[in-house]
This record gives sequence, C-alpha cells and structure tokens, in this order.
Amino acid sequence: MKRFASIALATAIALFLQGCAGWQSALDPKGPAASELAWLIWFFTGLCAVVWVLVMIALTMPLMMRPRERAGPLVLDAGAEGRKLRVVITAVGLTALILVGLTLLSFFANRTLAAIGSDAVLTIRVTGHQWWWEVRYEDATPSRILTTANEIHIPAGEPVRLLLTSTDVIHSFWVPSLSGKLDLIPGHMNVLDIKADKPGVYRGQCAEFCGAQHANMGTFIIAEPRAKFDAWWNDQLQPAAAPMSDEAKAGEEVFLKRPCVMCHKIGGTTAGGTVAPDLTHIASRQTLAAGTLMMSRGNLAAWIADPQGIKPGSHMPGVDLNGDELNSIVAYLEGLK
Amino acid sequence: MKPAVIILLPAMLALAACQREERDTRPQSSLGSGEQPTPVTTLEPGGQRPSPTDNKAASFEANAFHLSEGKRLFGWFNCSGCHANGGGGMGPALMDEKWIYGSSMESIHATIRDGRPNGMPSFGDKIPDDQIWELAAFVRSLSGNAPSSAAPSRNDDMMAHPSENRMPDAATLGKSP
Repeated sequence: MKRFASIALATAIALFLQGCAGWQSALDPKGPAASELAWLIWFFTGLCAVVWVLVMIALTMPLMMRPRERAGPLVLDAGAEGRKLRVVITAVGLTALILVGLTLLSFFANRTLAAIGSDAVLTIRVTGHQWWWEVRYEDATPSRILTTANEIHIPAGEPVRLLLTSTDVIHSFWVPSLSGKLDLIPGHMNVLDIKADKPGVYRGQCAEFCGAQHANMGTFIIAEPRAKFDAWWNDQLQPAAAPMSDEAKAGEEVFLKRPCVMCHKIGGTTAGGTVAPDLTHIASRQTLAAGTLMMSRGNLAAWIADPQGIKPGSHMPGVDLNGDELNSIVAYLEGLK
Repeated sequence: MKPAVIILLPAMLALAACQREERDTRPQSSLGSGEQPTPVTTLEPGGQRPSPTDNKAASFEANAFHLSEGKRLFGWFNCSGCHANGGGGMGPALMDEKWIYGSSMESIHATIRDGRPNGMPSFGDKIPDDQIWELAAFVRSLSGNAPSSAAPSRNDDMMAHPSENRMPDAATLGKSP
C-alpha cells in the first residue's frame, strides 16, 4: 500500500511538472533573457525559502524551550543580554547583506537583459489589436517592409528588437520561453529585445486583460535558421498566389465583392483593408484567429461561417454567405500559401 | 434598523452592478438585401406613405454597445474621407440639424445601403446589415439624436467636435427648454 502511494505521488508530481515544459513556459527558457530571469527567480525563491525556514526555526525554538529560572523579574543577566544583542546584530547584518546582494543580482540581470538588443539585426513593429497581433517587419528598403499577423518569424540565435504599441486598449506582449512581458500602450512605443537560442516554435499570449477575447489572443514566435528566415521573408513579399481551380477563382470573386474586402488585405488584388489581419499568405500560417484554431480547411470554413460562435465579441462580423460561396472562399484562402 | 436590513441593502446595491446592458454580439446576420421598408423618396402619387419602422432601428438607436461599434466602423470604413468626422467636407456635415434625406434611422440606413445621388456610394453589398444599422445609429448620435448616457465617449485622436455623449441635445439645440 505504501509503495502504491509513493508511485501515485511520483506520477502526480511528474504530471504536474509536465506543465512546466512546452512551448509556453517561463520555467523552460529558450533564450538569454528568459534564462537570466529564470535563474534569477529560482535563486530569489531558493534564498528566500532558506531565510523563511531559518526564521520559522528561530520563532519556534523559544516556544519549545522551558523558560529559564530567574533570580527576579528586575535582575539583569549581563551574559544573556549580550547574547541577545549579538543575535539581533547578526540578523540585521545578514538581512542587509542579503537585500544588497539580491538588489545587485537583479541590477546585473537587468543589465544583461538590456544588452541583448544592443546589436539587434532586425526591427519588428508589433501592434496589438482587439484581438490579434499586427506584425510589421521594418527594412531600409520600403519595398521590403512586410506586414503579417499573429505569427512572428525571427532568425534563431540573433537578437531582434520589437517595437510594441497598440491601437485600442492596453495589451501585453508575453512569450515566456523568450522574455518577460511588456505592455503595448496606445500612442506609446515600448521596446523589447528578444533572442531565441535555437530554432523552434514558442507560444506567446496577451498578458493584460484587454476585453472579451483576451484569452484567445495568442501569438507564435517561429525561430528559424537565417537562410530559412530570409527565404520566408522573400516568399511573404510576393503578392498572393493566383487562384488555380475554378472554385478558387469563384472564391476570389466572392471575396472581392462581399464585406471581406472592407477590412482585409490580399496583396495583388484590389482588397486593401488594413483594419484586420493581412490575408496575403494566410494559409502559410499555423493558426487562425490569433492562435484560436489550427489552420485547416474545416476550421477556415467554421471561422468564416460563424466567427461570433468561435470568438464572441470579436470584430469579425458574420457574413451571410450561401454554401457555394463559403466553399469557394475557403478554397481560395486555402491556396494563399 | 435591523442588522439584516443593513446587510441586505448594500448587498442589493452591489448586486445591481451585475446588471448590464445586453450585448448581442451575434445578431441575425443578413446582408443588406432584405425588404427595405423605407422609401428612398417621399414623392408618391396620392400623398405620402406612412413610414414603417424597423425593429432594429428602435433597438440599436439607444444601445451603447451598438453606438460605439458604429463609431469604430465609421473610422474603419473611412466615412471621414468624405464626412470628416461628421464636420463635412466632400460629403455633407453629419453633426448639424440638417438632413437632406431625413433624420430617421431608416433613412440613414437606406442612405448607407443604397447610396444617394451625387456622391454617396452604395455599401449594401459590402457591409453586413447589422453593421449598417450600427453606423446609422452612430451617425444619428453625431447630431445629438442619441441619449447621452448611451452615446460613445471621447475619441482617442483629435476631434473637431465634442464627443457624442457631450453633444447638445438635438431637440433643444443645447438651449434650456
């Protein structure tokens, strides 16, 4: 029975700790900023735990001990008074030492964080919207400036500077595997430098309550080797793929005739709305609706048919489309790789 | 006063805050292609027709959620391109008391949906019907035709006029009655 209990406990702990790993975890750092912060929080927690245990022991011990016999209530015991004084001085000294030590550690960690972006190779402007992320890759050549949504591609191993702002309410950008969180404030630009050590996909989440669909405002940082990243950028700069099948051609026509065109942009067509995610290469993204649904034909259809059922309160309205129109639009969007 | 009453009264007051305006985020979605009850012109043999009302006009025009959604759409769809935040430019001003085609929600809805001669384009195919109603409700509020408790508040950018919830009441034109 005892053995069974210990196995059950070990399994429970293992399952519980599983939550600490994965693509969105502050305890599973994948970049220099996150490692620095993770190390700092573990050190703080460990040291404070030791201090707490010592204080608890010091508080409990006198309660357990029998009070010593005294000559009288007013008689001073010089030796005991001296011991008490030494204990208090030691405790105060240690407290001051620990406080100064932790302050210095935090200061040097901040310096390390600030140094990450000093030689940033790339500037990305991230704008928070209710409830999605607009991502604009800055470049000295205007024709190479690229706007996408919800997925941030970065070259692995190279520092990237993010300029964070918002158009409506305060959001917060948080990719726990790579860095701490920083707010996106309307009319104000915040700067966050990130670096991913290795290629991989890291999930981010809006970390400041921003309205009805705050929980469904996810983002993905996709770190790739430099060559792959450059190829991706060049690919994204191309206008949308021309529809191949008749169904997709019909879908493009429906898209341009119906309300979709009021908000969305598709490069290479007359659709030029900028208030909603750019759909030029929507099918190359991994998710739909800011990390709410995985990209698939069925999910595309579900999202277009009833956005308010999937993200109630989102700014995408339900558009009255018949079955053929819906199918053809999905066929068209599916081809926008 | 009994202690029970002392507890009950604040509890009721606190619970009253839980009641808020209904937000119908998924109203019946139909493109502006249904029956349009409002005549685009009142010129009619045999005198003027009675103008039937749409139940959306009544439910949207004093609803804070729909009014503020209308304000958002007004900016998104670049109505300011011609109407300049309601002050008027290439298109007529929307914040005064003059209405070329009438000030009712139905007339404004018809204007946005079907367009008007000499400028106003038709948005019937491009904006879902509920969004047209929201826009119509907001346009009415620009001239003080919406209750100030429901009208949207200040803009985040520079505005040519006070926010809609501080506009003078259209009925009294800002003067005491």
